[in-house]
Amino acid sequence: MKRSHWSIPYAVFLAIFVVLPLLLVLVYAVQDGQGHFTLANITRFFSDSDALGTFAVSLEIAIENTLICILLGYPAAWILANKELNRSAVTIVLFILPMWINALMRTLATAELFNMLGFQLGKGTLLFGMVYDYLPFMIYPIYNVLAKMDKSYAEAAQDLGATPWKVFWKVTVPLSMPGVSSGILMVFMPTVSTFAISEFLTNNKIKLFGTIIQENINSSMWNYGAALALIMLVIIGISTMITGDGKEAEEALI
Amino acid sequence: MAGEHIIDLNHVSKSFGDKKILDDINLYVRKGEFVTLLGPSGCGKTTTLRLIAGFLAPDEGEILLDGRDISGIPPHKRPFNTVFQRYALFPHLDVYDNIAFGLKLQKVPSDEIDKRVRKVLKMVSMTDYEERDVNSLSGGQQQRVAIARALVNQPKILLLDEPLAALDLKMRKDMQIELKEMHRELGITFIYVTHDQEEALTLSDTIVVMNEGKIQQIGTPTDIYNEPVNSFVADFIGESNILNGTMIRDRRVSFIGHEFECVDEGFGENVPVDVVVRPEDIYFTKKPERAQFTATVNSCTFKGVHYEMYVDTDTGNELMIQDYDAYPVGSTVMLYIDPDDIQVMVKERTCNTIEGKMVDETHVELLGGEFECLPQPGLTGGEEIVAEIAFDKVDLLDHQEDGVLAGEVHFLLYKGDHYHLTILTEDGDHLWVDTDDIWDKGDLVGIDLAKEDIKIRRKHEA
Repeated sequence: MKRSHWSIPYAVFLAIFVVLPLLLVLVYAVQDGQGHFTLANITRFFSDSDALGTFAVSLEIAIENTLICILLGYPAAWILANKELNRSAVTIVLFILPMWINALMRTLATAELFNMLGFQLGKGTLLFGMVYDYLPFMIYPIYNVLAKMDKSYAEAAQDLGATPWKVFWKVTVPLSMPGVSSGILMVFMPTVSTFAISEFLTNNKIKLFGTIIQENINSSMWNYGAALALIMLVIIGISTMITGDGKEAEEALI
Repeated sequence: MAGEHIIDLNHVSKSFGDKKILDDINLYVRKGEFVTLLGPSGCGKTTTLRLIAGFLAPDEGEILLDGRDISGIPPHKRPFNTVFQRYALFPHLDVYDNIAFGLKLQKVPSDEIDKRVRKVLKMVSMTDYEERDVNSLSGGQQQRVAIARALVNQPKILLLDEPLAALDLKMRKDMQIELKEMHRELGITFIYVTHDQEEALTLSDTIVVMNEGKIQQIGTPTDIYNEPVNSFVADFIGESNILNGTMIRDRRVSFIGHEFECVDEGFGENVPVDVVVRPEDIYFTKKPERAQFTATVNSCTFKGVHYEMYVDTDTGNELMIQDYDAYPVGSTVMLYIDPDDIQVMVKERTCNTIEGKMVDETHVELLGGEFECLPQPGLTGGEEIVAEIAFDKVDLLDHQEDGVLAGEVHFLLYKGDHYHLTILTEDGDHLWVDTDDIWDKGDLVGIDLAKEDIKIRRKHEA
């Protein structure tokens, strides 16, 4: 048996679970209910003010969530990676620990907590839930880059006259950007398409793009749903390319 | 003259955890001097440099700049710049911005930054590389940029941490010459760290030889080479024959079974000493009246400029000789050594002296192990004692578990007819051993002592 044969199971897996579904999405997106070819589903989106509005809200929420995650996650990652501030591995585990519990359960629990405390469910609670769910995905890649960063860069900057504050902004932050971009990828992409969090934490008061896809599919409007999914895929693809070629970001995850 | 000193290290000690890295370092550097800290890895030379740079603080002692204590001053406020071993160029900045980094922090006007960056790039022969990504440069080019980045700030002292270690031999030689020229042109003080003795001899005005956290010798390259103060320095700097000898009286020393005239005085009479003779200082002669001893050539290797020969003397010692002429293997040769070329050193020790404790009348605790000893009438358990063990009475065993103690061969010297080993025990104590067996540095050994070889006396006995 040739070595290349070992990849067959993976190729089969990819074909069944990645390529085939994508093709199905594509096929459904360009068909009408009777199975005839049409681009109507896609053009419909651009004239569907409801869907466009939802899309704008989704984008806004995703951007806000990502920004909050960076603002909270970067300092957390920096503290975790700093051996003088963080001497034990336990704190890192504490940050990762919530990821061990199913996101849906956490979201449900959060919703119950808000109900119990009498908070009005809305955008605030939605963002809270999203940050709660996705923060570890921001912290981890940044932590990874910071922990592996050669200390001699910071020393060299200090040696050249940089105060600790300047060292941070002129060396540490620029050198940790791969971690940040990979964090953005891991937080932004799923938040654009999420629907469960908004369902539980706003009682569907705020609809996200994922919500309308889900609604369309649930009400058997498979073709329009598929078209929306395709559009989202393209948008995520474009945003990935903008964040960088992804290679550096991938390295941050290793 | 205190006024001349730019840097003073007074009684500086530094430990990491239990390990003492620097032990009472006293050192000064004169303005404009090229000083090299030289020693094997782990000798504390880099730690010393980092203390001066301010990345570490001494546990004890003080570091003075122009006579003022700089202990509390953080590295970014010290007027020094460092060339790091692995360059530490900022990968997110190009060559120009790397070099301009320090000047921009000082808010130097941009036209002056421009002028200074270009000037320093010219000095390191890297003109036209301004826009280049630092990762696209070769090791040698990165090294030049690192030097430029440090020099552009016009530091009072340039600190160099093994800057050439990562370069290939040819490049290293070229850079050595360039560094020396830069030092001459700029007139600033260079403090240079290296483990390469040849580099140190080539570059330095003053060499500080360090080993195991202590300064062994400070001197000019010629001093260090010609008059090493102990066998470590003699062995570390250049090639040498290190031999056991006896100072018979002033200007008269005996070694390899012969008596020689020498120039050293003041050792006393019949005192055991170490003798160093450089391989290029043993001369061949055809005249029997000139010869001091004869030897048989054992091996002869061409080394480019000279031949390196090992000879067995008529008294059974092995010597290394370097000469421009080759002598055939197996031939008998006549040899002599000039009195000037014999370097006599006080022996640091003549036997192992270890403090310990009696367990009972026939057992003694030394170096964390329990050994049987001859019955010691009058000494009871718990009593503090001093034991003496001759170098050649320590038994080394192939397997650590066979010995009472386990140790590691830490350092070895060939003394012409035997090896003199420094053994590091598990507890970090030293034991010195003379042996005919061949061991390598880093070998793990078991240590045993025969009961009749442990000479015990009460600690507080005069």
